[in-house]
Amino acid sequence: MLSEEVDYDQLIPNNVGLASDPKLQRALEEWHPGYIDWWMDMGPDGFQNTDVWLRTAISVDKSGWAKFGFVKMPDYRWGILLAHPEEGRVVPCGDHYGDPAWQEVPGEYRSMLRRLIVVQGDTEPASVEQQRLLGKSAPSLYDMRNLFQVNVEEGRHLWAMVYLLQRYFGRDGREEAHELIRRRSGSEEAPRILGAFNEETPDWLSFFMFTFFTDRDGKMQLESLAQSGFDPLSRTCRFMLAEEAHHMFVGDTGCGRIIRRTAEAMREANVEDPYDVERVRALGVIDLPLIQRKMNLHFSLTLDLFGAEESTNAANYYTAGLKARYHEDQIRDDHRLHGATYPVMRLVDGVFTSEEVPALIGLNARLRDDFVADCAGGVRRWNKDIREAGIEFELRLPHVAFNRGVGEFAGVSVTPAGEIISAEAARQDEKSWLPSTDDAAFIEEFMQPTYQIGDFAGWIARPSKGVLGQPVDFEYVKVPDA
Amino acid sequence: MVEPPIARLILDVDEDGGLGNYELKLNSYDLGVDIELADAVQRLRFEHPEVGAVLVESGKDRVFCAGANIGMLAEADHGLKVNFCKFTNETRIGIEEASEKSRQRYVAAINGTAAGGGYELALACDQILLIDDGSASVSLPEVPLLGVLPGTGGLTRLTDKRHVLRDRADVLCTTEEGIKGRRAVDWDLVDELVPRSRFRADVLERVTAAAADSDRPGDRRGIELFDLSRTIEGDRIGYENVSVLIDRKLRTASIMINGPGTSPPLQPAELSDLGASFWPLALARELDDVLLYLRLNEPTVGTLLFRTIGDPEMVEAHDQFLLENLDDWLVREIVLFIGRTWKRLDMTARTVVSLIETGSCFVGLLAELPLASDRVYMYEEKSESGPRLRLTAMNQGTLPMGNGLSRLATRFWGRPDALAAVEATMGKDLDAKTAVELGLATFAYDEVDWQDEIRLFLEERAAFSPDALTAMEANLRVAGPETLETKIFGRLTAWQNWVFYRPNASGPEGTLRSYGSGRRPQIDRKRT
Repeated sequence: MLSEEVDYDQLIPNNVGLASDPKLQRALEEWHPGYIDWWMDMGPDGFQNTDVWLRTAISVDKSGWAKFGFVKMPDYRWGILLAHPEEGRVVPCGDHYGDPAWQEVPGEYRSMLRRLIVVQGDTEPASVEQQRLLGKSAPSLYDMRNLFQVNVEEGRHLWAMVYLLQRYFGRDGREEAHELIRRRSGSEEAPRILGAFNEETPDWLSFFMFTFFTDRDGKMQLESLAQSGFDPLSRTCRFMLAEEAHHMFVGDTGCGRIIRRTAEAMREANVEDPYDVERVRALGVIDLPLIQRKMNLHFSLTLDLFGAEESTNAANYYTAGLKARYHEDQIRDDHRLHGATYPVMRLVDGVFTSEEVPALIGLNARLRDDFVADCAGGVRRWNKDIREAGIEFELRLPHVAFNRGVGEFAGVSVTPAGEIISAEAARQDEKSWLPSTDDAAFIEEFMQPTYQIGDFAGWIARPSKGVLGQPVDFEYVKVPDA
Repeated sequence: MVEPPIARLILDVDEDGGLGNYELKLNSYDLGVDIELADAVQRLRFEHPEVGAVLVESGKDRVFCAGANIGMLAEADHGLKVNFCKFTNETRIGIEEASEKSRQRYVAAINGTAAGGGYELALACDQILLIDDGSASVSLPEVPLLGVLPGTGGLTRLTDKRHVLRDRADVLCTTEEGIKGRRAVDWDLVDELVPRSRFRADVLERVTAAAADSDRPGDRRGIELFDLSRTIEGDRIGYENVSVLIDRKLRTASIMINGPGTSPPLQPAELSDLGASFWPLALARELDDVLLYLRLNEPTVGTLLFRTIGDPEMVEAHDQFLLENLDDWLVREIVLFIGRTWKRLDMTARTVVSLIETGSCFVGLLAELPLASDRVYMYEEKSESGPRLRLTAMNQGTLPMGNGLSRLATRFWGRPDALAAVEATMGKDLDAKTAVELGLATFAYDEVDWQDEIRLFLEERAAFSPDALTAMEANLRVAGPETLETKIFGRLTAWQNWVFYRPNASGPEGTLRSYGSGRRPQIDRKRT
């Protein structure tokens, strides 16, 4: 617990004047013990007392945002860091377009803005909870370290949202900050707000898929919030994006290394048929169809996070100037979208049809389309490795209507290729499209921890280089003897 | 004309005296006329303790009153129509209160046509005498003639006050020329039919008999309701005890009330010398004036923010003085008037907020302000000097709402335990935490949050639709049973305002604008 005599700036890296803000100090003091309890309860299981080679951001300047060293995670210096203010920043969209950006919460939008921040904030601790058991099956110290880095940074992102709630939203904000650490991923009593964050992340393939897809949704959302007319939110998100890039990297390279290892092993053993699962698995690697099934699952769950294609909420956020489009500042139009339209894919009489809807209403669809395009780049890189190994197999993003629980395609039975089928047929083929309990049992037995320095599990390739300034063969996590 | 023990209130409207571009023919009235009427009723109460009954009569031959002026209604915007009806309704309710509580009995003598608002004025009186000349009638022709409602309490008073059978009321309300003679008596539309030859004598006899029933003192002096000293400078409005500052951006009027500067007198008799300077009376007059001023002149001010400053003990001393002397006619008048003023607050189409801050004096009659508020914010301070809220017997029914209950009982309607817990604190100082726990304040905020929370609340409030807020507040404010009064201000008024807004009434070819033009109004025949 923080005491009266604390040097706040030393304990909590920040650039928000914490030492001279008694109101914020008091709020944080009330919240902090609960946060630490939460971290001990729900943070990485079995590694709370372990030294980990972690990056800590102590300022937003180049020299300060990536300080490396060994830290025990509960002692991590979670901080409150906002990107530097931009001179003359204006509200980037909506009815207040061109007005000076708000430095305080406009009362008119207080509830809307609080809701946005709470929903964003709720995802940050959720993924830590989902990933808490993964340390026990880590394929290498390098990967375990990356997992923990992602975890502590999700913790810091929670701090960032909590800071906004406590600094700008009075008592309601403080109560919401407590709720953020009361809710638990997958809990019956108090689940996380968004569906995908109540799903399990049971294994490392899921973890990499999650960081690739779901954290990428996080990136898209942060990008839209980084454009917010509420300047403190914008500055907070801009700095979070610097860290989120690392999470993307972990997912992108993690999936890539698994795929590359499978392709290599198949080539070395002259196994040509990717669907000969038994032979492939006998090589100690993960078969490509299973990777495709995992991808189908994580991609479709993540699409649900974008909400309904046609959304008045999204329109309201935009018109209020609270949440803009991806790269709003690079788009050339009137930034009000009153008469504009956007093509949204819909299911009309059993046929996928593109329909023009008012652009304001279609903002979720637009952000989702940007997301799909962003994902496609990574998948192309993975397929290159498969192709170069001479294997006839292509990983494909499933159709956006596949396996959806939210929006236009919820409840519609569609194959990954986008073919509309009967619910009965869908049930029968589900096993070939989505991970099954058999898959889960296989992976659980398959993924055993690898804790030796420089060793990597046989199903994942070594990375091309280590974490900044260190070799791959470095003791990134000082795992205690079991 | 005051002719003790009675007074004659003679309706003789100057045709050219209207506030707008219309003629006030046949004793029809507009807001200006009704303000005069309200003023007359008020002055009779305060300035004439010797008057025990009031005769409402016409100064014109064979016309009693033709009701609200149609030209005025046709040219009025929606806001003015609504406020006109609200004010006239408050005045009619005030007449009934004068009859019942001030014991100044009102008797209407209908000497000719009493149409629409004219008959509704008579309906507000204790007794209605109708001249039996073969042509004088009472009527509520709004539906057949104008496509709107008799909105000044007429429908409600027919059924709930005079207990007229609903189908007979239906006949009356759809018969343009109204009902006269025997049938008017048989159907209880009037109390008595008087032959033309005896009209004057009989009327005087009835009024004098009513006056004999009064408990008002014939030997006491009234007090003069002198003109208020009101100053308006930009966005500031100032009085002796009340000052108002309007924030245009937040659309908020901050209303500061000063507590009494001196102790109350020892004896009620001394009140005659203090007159209208007596703090509770002066305060009620000023607040009444502010509320009416803002209602009509500042339609975009959406929130009224009440603050008080002063010595809580001094407020309670006045409170006690009033409570101990309720049998004095003048004290009774003052308390009734405070009650009417606070009711205007219940009826206001603005958000009412009380801020209980350090240095305030929300005690007893001033504690009614938070009780009448849509939100109550109380400043929380750890030290002893923090603000306090103190309820007294004044909050337990002396100043009832339109539903006949105290604001306290209304607030805790259906929660007898919570009410008992609050009543156990009578006379005690409640700090912010306690007030919130008891359910008397909405939120308590300390120095850390106070300014932000209030600002955010006001900004948020200013952003909501004023229509939705008015409607929401009007619904939430009045829990509990219905009375004639709540039905008039709730049911009747809400329906009337709906009718007013429909193109059938207010459209360019609707009933109001077509009236008198010879054109047939265009009516959408769909029922909704």
